[in-house]
Amino acid sequence: MPENKFKPGDRVRVLKAYPPGHIRTPYYIRGCVGEIERVCGAFPNPEELALMRTGLPAQPLYRVRFSQKDVWPDYGGSAADVVEVEIFQHWLDPA
Amino acid sequence: MSDEQGKYRPLSYFQLMEISLRELLVEKGVLTNEQVDAEVEDMRRRTPERGARVVAHAWVDSDFRKRLLENGTKACEELGLDVPALRLVVVENTPEVHNAIVCTLCSCYPRMLLGIPPDWYKSRNYRSRMVREPRKVLAEFGLNIPEKAQIRVHDSSADMRYMVLPMRPAGTDGWTEERLASLVNRDSMIGVAIPKGPAD
Repeated sequence: MPENKFKPGDRVRVLKAYPPGHIRTPYYIRGCVGEIERVCGAFPNPEELALMRTGLPAQPLYRVRFSQKDVWPDYGGSAADVVEVEIFQHWLDPA
Repeated sequence: MSDEQGKYRPLSYFQLMEISLRELLVEKGVLTNEQVDAEVEDMRRRTPERGARVVAHAWVDSDFRKRLLENGTKACEELGLDVPALRLVVVENTPEVHNAIVCTLCSCYPRMLLGIPPDWYKSRNYRSRMVREPRKVLAEFGLNIPEKAQIRVHDSSADMRYMVLPMRPAGTDGWTEERLASLVNRDSMIGVAIPKGPAD
């Protein structure tokens, strides 16, 4: 099983990639920088599961917190507002 | 086939698909009719009252509340609520933070505790706008969150499922768990409403 590369508080950038297939990284969050909120554990890779493969080894999954102002430059609410998204390790780079 | 008013309607594409698939699975011995019925019955038994029980218990028992926020799945098991294959994350509302749940990719939802998701939860409108302009969407639900409070939107994009632990309404001191649970509705556990107390 791949080791956890990140811990809570680490700054990470979501890959800005658009591969085909069943991807659980929402479009709107690709390329954004956020902070690891928690390590959720390791789960079978959904991109592999969608191809009827085992999805193993399980991949570390993180909960990443993003400032809404970073995600949507014209965000209308408070500057403190955040959105949290679950993202697999292979979609994250250190930022 | 007849609709609820007893009027004849031809089967829709998806109804036909469901019947064909079910009959094939039974015919080929993959499933039995009893198993299908049992699963449907089980789905019917999952209702928001389950989630409300969890919330009310957390309101009266602060140790349980702590355990619930640390590991939602385990804490629910204490109440005899089996949440298999569900990693439940409970997020707590406070005067400073308001939480709301969405699944922008599909319609992931804590069915074991809240039952079948409402249609609006699965709509493109809610799914796309809840992450983009949550304050506007909440206002449309009649919920105006003060500007000084933080809005925390949770996108259930992968394996976790989320439930909001709302704030206990004022004026409910000494209430029994059952009475408290009656204040907690589905929408307040999704984060698009807040439970109303006797003073509201």
